[in-house]
Amino acid sequence: MGRIQLKSVTKSFGDVQVIPPLDLTIEDGEFTVFVGPSGCGKSTLLRLIAGLEDITSGSIDIDGADATDVPPAKRGLAMVFQSYALYPHMTVRKNIAFPLRMAKLDQAEIDKRVEGAASVLNLTDYLDRRPGQLSGGQRQRVAIGRAIVREPAAFLFDEPLSNLDAALRVGMRLEISELHERLATTMIYVTHDQVEAMTMADKIVVLQAGVIEQVGSPLELYRTPRNLFVAGFIGSPKMNFIEGEEAAKYGAQTIGIRPEHITVSDTEGDWSGVVSVSEHLGSDTFFHVHETGLADTITVRADGEVGFRHGDRVHLTPRADVIHRFDAKGLRIG
Amino acid sequence: MATQHSRSVARLMMAPAVVLLLGWMLVPLTMTLYFSFKKYLPLRGGDLGWVGFDNYIRFVSSSSFWPAVQATLVIVGGVLVITVVLGILLAMLLDQPMWGQGVVRILVIAPFFVMPTVSALVWKNMFMDPVNGLLAHLWRFFGAEPISWLSEASMTSIIMIVSWQWLPFATLILLTAIQSLDSEQLEAAEMDGAPVLKRFYHIILPHLSRAITIVILIQTIFLLSIFAEIFVTTGGAFGTRTLTYLIFQRVLESQNVGLGSAGGVYAIILANIVAIFLMRIVGKNLDA
Repeated sequence: MGRIQLKSVTKSFGDVQVIPPLDLTIEDGEFTVFVGPSGCGKSTLLRLIAGLEDITSGSIDIDGADATDVPPAKRGLAMVFQSYALYPHMTVRKNIAFPLRMAKLDQAEIDKRVEGAASVLNLTDYLDRRPGQLSGGQRQRVAIGRAIVREPAAFLFDEPLSNLDAALRVGMRLEISELHERLATTMIYVTHDQVEAMTMADKIVVLQAGVIEQVGSPLELYRTPRNLFVAGFIGSPKMNFIEGEEAAKYGAQTIGIRPEHITVSDTEGDWSGVVSVSEHLGSDTFFHVHETGLADTITVRADGEVGFRHGDRVHLTPRADVIHRFDAKGLRIG
Repeated sequence: MATQHSRSVARLMMAPAVVLLLGWMLVPLTMTLYFSFKKYLPLRGGDLGWVGFDNYIRFVSSSSFWPAVQATLVIVGGVLVITVVLGILLAMLLDQPMWGQGVVRILVIAPFFVMPTVSALVWKNMFMDPVNGLLAHLWRFFGAEPISWLSEASMTSIIMIVSWQWLPFATLILLTAIQSLDSEQLEAAEMDGAPVLKRFYHIILPHLSRAITIVILIQTIFLLSIFAEIFVTTGGAFGTRTLTYLIFQRVLESQNVGLGSAGGVYAIILANIVAIFLMRIVGKNLDA
């Protein structure tokens, strides 16, 4: 069980309110990702749920019981920190066993659970090493091991992959997703990387300046972003925004079109411009097109074999059915 | 990492300092060794020739040797326990964010800047005087008979004075060690269900272990040679004669330079044993 409910939670540091009243429900077994630019309050929100920070007003319910004043250890939540926060003087075995020793379980049970977690996370060969002798990915797994032995109601991850290199990050992302499939425990995951959010989440919570901009499944957010911020934040490369006359044609203040929804041709199209940079990724090519008269740069995604170069004049055609329209306040129309 | 050229320049640059330090150390060391094998009584005949290891045997077999060793150990041990325990507590206290942190930290360090002779005199006259001392006033305020600290509780008094001097050093080293502790570790332990005392025992104390070892070793080297505190307070009476003080008495009060030098050589050996451990630990710290 692990249903977490935040009811008009606020948090202030001194006079600065970092989280204005916020309501959010995280269902049991859900993989929820808090995503937003740095300083948007997502880590603070996670720490409020963990109990490492006191909330200024409002309440937090875990499994229907009020947990607002419950100390962190008693909330039944386990946290994986950005720096892993392993205990450097203890072996991997002792690190993983630490929460169990604190819970005063008997030694046989502790050994059983530690061995279990170690085999799930491929750490069996490293149990007698110290954290200092492990690689980044292994340390990360130890931190996760220390969380899973407690069999918590929910896991809290605070940017767990940000200290890993790119290749390892993709691997750990998969491992965490698999872990979630297997354990089916509630997980709350904080990241600033929208790719992590899109690939892992059942539900994404997009935050900006402590305010929830939108909550929904990855595809909901991708297809129907509620406002300009979400539209620009979700999706890579970023959505193109066009204002002015062109937008007025669609009856909107701003229109947004994703790079993958624009076709590029050297002969004909609705818009035209000059390629400034083309990025060839092999599978795809991204063109940054200038001098369109619409916006500074229009980013276009094309097939990997399309070979325009710097200085080429190209013609662009947006797919009319996936143009996002926004009003003067930046909210979605239709 | 450096070229041949820059290495030889570095050696050249360091040479004056090394030569000066070496001379500074070697001259007295050689003289001490030289005198320790002689019967040398400046006021009773002067240099009376070589006597081999006689001085070494006499120094150890004298009736004041073992009490002096004991006094040394009690003072060193007592001061270490007090400074390390209070140092850890003070360091944790000073690590808390508070108003006027900078000033408080300077105040805490202040005793370290007071010369040993001065601080011992201040303690002797201002606090421990059985008639006018602050402690005597305090005792009388509660209706108790003032203690004449330096004669009745001589050992305790000296340990108190020396601890007061060395507490800032311990606090400072331990404070920097505590500040390097990753706060996420403490939060992780909190989430793992460790209450305050267990967090201290399982996280903070192991983190401080190396700093504590360094404090103990450095202080031991300096505490083995405390002298001024004893000289100005008890003058070695009432069981406070340490090894260092015994050497001083042999050389200056008994005017037996040979015997005192032999004691000095024992002290050098003892200090070097501690120093070897210190170098190894500090060296390991620098590697890591």
